[in-house]
Amino acid sequence: MLKRIAGVLLAVVGAFALGGIALHRHEPINALWLVTAAVCVYLLGYRFYAAWIATRVLKVDPTRATPAERLNNGRDFVPTHRAIVFGHHFAAIAGPGPLVGPTLAAQFGYLPGTLWILVGAVFGGCVQDMTILLLSTRRDGRSLGQMARDEFGPVGGLAALIGTLLIMVILSAVLGLVIVNVMKHSPWATSTVLATIPAAILVGLYLRIWRPGRVLEATLFGVVLILLALVGGGWIDHQPQLRGLFDYSGITLAGFIIAYGFCAAVLPVWLLLAPRDYLSTFLKLGTVILLAIAIVLTHPQIKMPALTPFVDGSGPLFGGKVFPFVFITIACGAISGFHALIASGTTPKLISSEADVRLVGYGSMALESFVAIMALIAATLLDPGVFFAINSAAGVVGATPEAAVHTISAWGFPVSVEQMRALAASMGEQTLFARTGGAPSLAVGMASIFGSTFGQGLLALWYHFAVMFEAVFLLATLDAGTRVGRFMVQDLLGRVWQPLGRTSWYPSVLLSSALIVAAWGYFLYIGVIDPNGGVNILWPLFGISNQMLAAIALSIATGIIVKSTKPRYALVTLLPLAWLAVITSTAAWQKITSPDVRIGLFAAARDLADKLAAGALPPERAAVAPQLIFNQRLDAWLAMLFTAILWFVIIDMARICLRRLRGMPLRVNSEAPYRASRLQAAAAEGPP
Amino acid sequence: MFTRVGLVGCVRATWAWLRAASGDDAYERYRRHHGACHAAVPLMGRREFYAEEQRRKWSGVSRCC
Repeated sequence: MLKRIAGVLLAVVGAFALGGIALHRHEPINALWLVTAAVCVYLLGYRFYAAWIATRVLKVDPTRATPAERLNNGRDFVPTHRAIVFGHHFAAIAGPGPLVGPTLAAQFGYLPGTLWILVGAVFGGCVQDMTILLLSTRRDGRSLGQMARDEFGPVGGLAALIGTLLIMVILSAVLGLVIVNVMKHSPWATSTVLATIPAAILVGLYLRIWRPGRVLEATLFGVVLILLALVGGGWIDHQPQLRGLFDYSGITLAGFIIAYGFCAAVLPVWLLLAPRDYLSTFLKLGTVILLAIAIVLTHPQIKMPALTPFVDGSGPLFGGKVFPFVFITIACGAISGFHALIASGTTPKLISSEADVRLVGYGSMALESFVAIMALIAATLLDPGVFFAINSAAGVVGATPEAAVHTISAWGFPVSVEQMRALAASMGEQTLFARTGGAPSLAVGMASIFGSTFGQGLLALWYHFAVMFEAVFLLATLDAGTRVGRFMVQDLLGRVWQPLGRTSWYPSVLLSSALIVAAWGYFLYIGVIDPNGGVNILWPLFGISNQMLAAIALSIATGIIVKSTKPRYALVTLLPLAWLAVITSTAAWQKITSPDVRIGLFAAARDLADKLAAGALPPERAAVAPQLIFNQRLDAWLAMLFTAILWFVIIDMARICLRRLRGMPLRVNSEAPYRASRLQAAAAEGPP
Repeated sequence: MFTRVGLVGCVRATWAWLRAASGDDAYERYRRHHGACHAAVPLMGRREFYAEEQRRKWSGVSRCC
């Protein structure tokens, strides 16, 4: 009874908050409306939709022993309390994606992004994560690639592997680009981020040699070190002879990041990767909690309109209409195929009861989606003029501050050079113009929220705290992506010549690391020399690839659901899959065929080639034009490849569904046989 | 571990959660499990166990976008 009253109350509050958002269209609304609406939507989705899917569609069976119980080895297969699995799983899926995507999508106004984050998560992302988690749990924790092979055969498995590898490349490049844009000509940010490397190494030594395995002590030690680095960076910034040592151009920083990525991939994990990962996880969780508290305490006004004129496709951050590009730009936070890699593999081996998949799968993704809502709030509480001045590349609004403010003010978002100068000074930066990539504007937004909650005087410190927080876990993701990419390259190379597949053979390690770093390093380099900022091309490509992976995951899920229960239940995964297929294909189609040079990649390449041939480019742009032209064509081909893989998998899935509906024989079900759980009695009283 | 009541209980439960979620207590858990199930196999030392754990953890996808 009490649960029912709570459910009704939740529905009323949620409806009230959504109504508030709908009715406040022409006046600024308060961020609390968004927070309330979001929390209610997640709780309703969790309470009703997730519960229905778990019992009816997935037929979650708490009496069935999970692989953690059956194969318990005390290490990777361990029955673990759901609150702890939730923590593990959330820490693993939470990356920089939900921070960057919503910030970029804010160019359309706050409404499209908010709606997609909420609807996409509740009906798409959360469902995908929970379903894949359960299916993998029923299959002894098989990975997504293995499940693809089981369901679709070796070709489907290879498609999934190549798709994942390409995502790693694009993801690492775009993250590297975001970091470069944060550190460009900012001695404070650069010195702080550089100092996090020795800090991570010290933590690594602490954990390995001085006090093995004392994770919490080491993390505390590391957090103190990086906070010192933050304050030290501020000190360096005020020393005229020192700050020059850390003032670099984008190209130089890109070189640093490429070299760093290579080192991180070939050095032993305990030295750099693992400790950085601990630090970034703690920093991320701490900052997200702090941000939530600060937003509730300050309840700032959203200054961005609900919809901007840029829904027509003329936006300065990236070209393209609100449909389909808002759905491509916000992948993580609404639905992220990448999560399926985590939900299969590591997490299922910890699940102690099938009943936990709702909290761990659906719940973690809902929380991740909430992080995206907070990022959206942090971006939209800035003056729109300021937001566009920070996020628009010089190639779009003009290279000088005067030209930029003139263009942006003419769009109807007034901003002045003095305002930007004062803002930059208060944040301890030389300039905030054309700091593309989303991270700097997010840092400004976070700094203003933190500043008004915990003291205005420390704005510059808060800004660089936010920058360091972003950079640390952007780098952590980049490291991990490079390493996983390396394993995949070795897997592929090993099929050609067996010794290259040995993950501990040093020549193979060096070769495969060099290959993967060169691949993303190339895209990073092109992004840095691109006068339009690079993010405008790379981020949509990343979105398309991530949605493609989600479509692969949902296809696998649909195929299995059709095989094992009432076929109409497959609509639960088929509908989000259909939506992803539509938006991904539309976006890819537009990126390939649009005659608009801001959207179409071939059109942009042609336009640049014509200008180059006519001698209409200034010399510094003419010098890089051939590389940009080649890259735009390459990106167009990549978009085609992603779409081809997507449809290949969908057609394979449709074939399986048809066979099932016609009663034809299918591949054997790869599900592990039922065994009754012995943990049942113990589970009723809590874990030992 | 999550059923204790009162302030002290809450703090203890949170601490236990934090240790478990961060892997701080991994070695103790391993030792308990080892004692219960594999007494014949030699027990790894803390350092050796930690190195082995890290190698295992980092040979797959562990971090998301």
